[in-house]
Amino acid sequence: MSSTAELVQTIVGKHGTRREHLLPILQDLAKEQRYVTEDAMIEVARALDLSAAEVYGTASFYTFLEPVPTGEHVIRICKTITCYMKGKDEVIKAIEDHLRVKLGGTTTDGKFSFFAANCIGWCHEGPAMLIDDKVYTKLTPKKAIDAINEY
Amino acid sequence: MVKLTINKIPVSVEPGTSILEAARKVGITVPSLCYHKDLCIAGNCRVCLVEVKGERTLTASCAVPVYEGMEVFTNTLKVRNARKNVIELLLSEHRCDCLKCEKNGKCELQDLAQEYRVEEKSFIDLSIGKRIDRSSPAIEKDDSKCIRCQRCVRTCAELQDVSALTVARKGEHMFISTFMHKPLADVVCTNCGQCVNRCPTGALVERNYMEEVWEAIDDPKKHVVVQTAPAVRIALGEDLGYDPGERVTGKMVTALKRMGFDKVFDTDFTADLTIMEEGTELLTRLKQALVDKEKVALPMFTSCSPGWIKYIEHEFSNNLDNLSTCKSPQQMFGPLAKTYYAEKAGIDPKDIVCVSVMPCTAKKYEARRPEMKASGFRDVDIVLTTRELAKMIKQGGNDFRHMEEGEFDSLLGKSTGAAVIFGATGGVMEAALRTAYEIVTGHEVPFPNLNIMPVRGMEGVREASIKIEGCVDAWKFLEGVELKVAVAHGLANARKVMKQVAEGTSPYHFVEVMACPGGCLGGGGQPIPTDMETRKKRAMAIYEEDEHMEFRKSHENPEVKLIYDDFLEKPLGHKSHELLHTHYTKRMTK
Amino acid sequence: MVLDRETKLKKLKEHQTKVNMIFQDQDCGQMLDKCLSMSPDEIIAEVTESGLKGRGGAGFPTGLKWKFAAEQKSDVKYVICNADEGEPGTFKDRQILEEQAAKVFAGMAICSRAVNASEGIIYLRGEYNYLRPRLQEELDAFNKKLKEKGFKFSIIIKSGSGAYVCGEETALIESLEGYRGEPRNKPPYPVSHGYMNKPTVVNNVETLVYCAMIIRMGNKEFLQLGTKDSRGAKVFSVSGDADVEGIYELELGMTIREFVDLFGDGDTKAVQVGGSSGHCVPRRDFEKTIIGFEGVPTGGSMMLFNSSRSMYHVLHNYLEFFCEESCGQCTPCRVGSQQLLRGIEAIKKGEKPPEYLNELKKLAETMKVAAKCGLGQSVPNPFLSIVNNFYEEIIF
Repeated sequence: MSSTAELVQTIVGKHGTRREHLLPILQDLAKEQRYVTEDAMIEVARALDLSAAEVYGTASFYTFLEPVPTGEHVIRICKTITCYMKGKDEVIKAIEDHLRVKLGGTTTDGKFSFFAANCIGWCHEGPAMLIDDKVYTKLTPKKAIDAINEY
Repeated sequence: MVKLTINKIPVSVEPGTSILEAARKVGITVPSLCYHKDLCIAGNCRVCLVEVKGERTLTASCAVPVYEGMEVFTNTLKVRNARKNVIELLLSEHRCDCLKCEKNGKCELQDLAQEYRVEEKSFIDLSIGKRIDRSSPAIEKDDSKCIRCQRCVRTCAELQDVSALTVARKGEHMFISTFMHKPLADVVCTNCGQCVNRCPTGALVERNYMEEVWEAIDDPKKHVVVQTAPAVRIALGEDLGYDPGERVTGKMVTALKRMGFDKVFDTDFTADLTIMEEGTELLTRLKQALVDKEKVALPMFTSCSPGWIKYIEHEFSNNLDNLSTCKSPQQMFGPLAKTYYAEKAGIDPKDIVCVSVMPCTAKKYEARRPEMKASGFRDVDIVLTTRELAKMIKQGGNDFRHMEEGEFDSLLGKSTGAAVIFGATGGVMEAALRTAYEIVTGHEVPFPNLNIMPVRGMEGVREASIKIEGCVDAWKFLEGVELKVAVAHGLANARKVMKQVAEGTSPYHFVEVMACPGGCLGGGGQPIPTDMETRKKRAMAIYEEDEHMEFRKSHENPEVKLIYDDFLEKPLGHKSHELLHTHYTKRMTK
Repeated sequence: MVLDRETKLKKLKEHQTKVNMIFQDQDCGQMLDKCLSMSPDEIIAEVTESGLKGRGGAGFPTGLKWKFAAEQKSDVKYVICNADEGEPGTFKDRQILEEQAAKVFAGMAICSRAVNASEGIIYLRGEYNYLRPRLQEELDAFNKKLKEKGFKFSIIIKSGSGAYVCGEETALIESLEGYRGEPRNKPPYPVSHGYMNKPTVVNNVETLVYCAMIIRMGNKEFLQLGTKDSRGAKVFSVSGDADVEGIYELELGMTIREFVDLFGDGDTKAVQVGGSSGHCVPRRDFEKTIIGFEGVPTGGSMMLFNSSRSMYHVLHNYLEFFCEESCGQCTPCRVGSQQLLRGIEAIKKGEKPPEYLNELKKLAETMKVAAKCGLGQSVPNPFLSIVNNFYEEIIF
């Protein structure tokens, strides 16, 4: 059995095989594999008796589950107007320069993906970003790069 | 009953009725796009909006049930303005190449735009940069014409339980996709074309091969023969101004001759041949199981429907032995045209172009399967749908309505009522029983007028059992056997039957499966629109045609007798195996 | 009148001593005891009489929602806490969950008693995943307490995965059931056909805390606050050009002018009330606009813009958001949002004449009445209020 198949089996075993288990399964897969892979979706479809297209359709609806290859860590910078007002663009520029990657891309070493996100709920302390599940607020170019350097 | 008013007209309907249905009951049409009678309610296109007194917003009439005292207005200025805006929005994401579009004149969006006098592009064009997928030989998927009504997705899920199509991503990026946006040819799509039948625009259409046919006809070196499937003749008229259920067999034959085909043959002939082969195969399997005690795959499944074949190859590939090895009538016809007929007519098979007219899109794929070269050539060269034929008849400029009735050409043109009913769900089963029962017992099936009613109808899965009595000597081992059969149509129903087989609990000996709801008469290549009412009318026409036939049992077809005497020798004989039987391929399961 | 920061903070503090329900520490055991001492009907009556309306933004009367759910005959019913706070400019639910999670759980438990529900689910937005471990810890303790007190009710947490529309209650339910978060056709409503087709109450985080407090203290204190149509207080998320950004619980019914005096930087030209999907109030309307259901309703987001800000830019940002976060199923929202965005871009670039704005305004009016859910119906709110009040900024 492939390692993906084993991983899916373990995760499905933890959650269950009903439709309502699909999201938790995909969420765990995204955590384990960085993003939801094609093979994993096929395995999930088998386990839950769904078509692979249905699994893909559901996964691709959710920004955090979109089955596109991502780096080891995902930076999501908030693009809401309030974060912009507090200097989001300068922070983006600094991160782009630091990582040598454009917003929306993944670094060549595969360590970071740099995405924009819709409101992450820190409007009073903008600019804000998430690196994986951790939140960083009141960013300045320097603070943002320091944060990235933690990884 | 619930009482309400629609445009101040009092209406009384069953509880649970939608506003849209209630309106139709009193002769008020509310325009709609995502709504389809065969499918569950989506309520997403927002074309069927109406005003309900007391509501702040407009109401999607397809999705909202009526209530007592409801006051509905379907044609106020507010409603018309909103609908017009919605139509304009849909047009803005729809690539309008109407004149050369396959669906020109048959496009529901075009009709609405006309009705609401909408300009082509009131808003900014959003249709650019979308993919057109021509990977499948059967179906073309043009995302730039898609209006995201999701009828195709619902069709694929609800009627077929295949879900090769899904809704992917969200917001402005939302689109109708296959798994990972792979080409249709690389996914579990069965090419059944039911999505094509329900697409309101030209986003899903059959691959069109009309020009190839005209070119062949125009080429003096080519001898172009055509075969027409049983279900074509009872539906073709719908695209030529007739009502559903009107038979146009004779006119169709004349039209084909006038178009320039060198010979007009009938797939019915090979349908009868299929019965001979498949019936014999069934009896042989029963003998192996009951007498020789061999391990043999039962129930045996019919193999006429190429959508069904691709489905089982994907989804139940461990059960391929349960399929009859018989090719479909279309694919039996091809090699015979290029061997038997070529020989008899003294024509070099390399010069024969074999065209078929099918109610089906999957037949286009079937003809291209690599193994379908039994004659040494591509057995069937070009496959047209009923819809394409109707267009070609119009292009030919002939007055179809006043055309005289023609006769199919001989050698591969004679048919029976048994072959005709292949076009309806249950028909292959009925035809097989008429012949097999008589072979085994020497007398006709014990049903009045040969009509085996239990296998007819539109129930998703039907079953019947026939006690075999009075066997002739060769089949004595079947004496008293209760032959259990089932019929399923629509792949969602096929799955139910297949699950039993996969679990080892199937009680049947013989099962007929047709991929499309209603069987071939509801095929993916048939005139649009389709719904249950239309399919029932087509079925009635098929059974009418059967009753009018000179012969009603496949084994009585004189040309079938002739071909066994002159060429094939006997069912399941050496030549049959070579030309008329096939094998199946395991395919990816997801 | 421009107040200095110190004075503002002092005034805000005064205000908060008057209104302090959400962040006031409470013994949840006592809350549950109080709840147990009341019959379901009494609980519903107490909440209904308080006049509390949903704090997520839509403002449906909470007591009525509970009453409808209570009336349903079903062996299984659900209480769902909507913690899918995604409205740009809103962050109060996060803070409530960080500081007063137990009160949220208590609100759910009270609701469960009122409607006879056996299962509770918290739908936490994926962006707040970092809250989950601590929430789970507190929840484990709370579930234990529920059991001790004899509640036949327990709560679990489920995560979202980045989809704003899942804040719409039927989309949230679809998501919980493992589907794409696409809003359902209504009716039927979740109170009769919700999660797993069972009667379901979906309440916002803040709403549940108010319910808990109303049961704990009786509805008298709540009723003394606010106006006839907007009873009580609510938690505001203040951001933008403000010296004192943050979370504040304020009485409903104040005017935008009063609000701007408290929070603004002295140069406020517009306030976006209710986030991206809310209304933009220009300076000239500050006095006459009341924050509440009789004026501008809000789920709590208050974004302040001073005169250095381009309202074109603000609107553009909101429309981009809707283009991405529409579920995409219905035409008016999916295509309409794109047309509004592309339309103002085209006008700005001169590719379309200024009159094209009239077409877009008509389109916005259509979206209001034609979209399937609240998301699509509210895209026109920022569009029309910004375009109508800042016409020149959009055109030139």
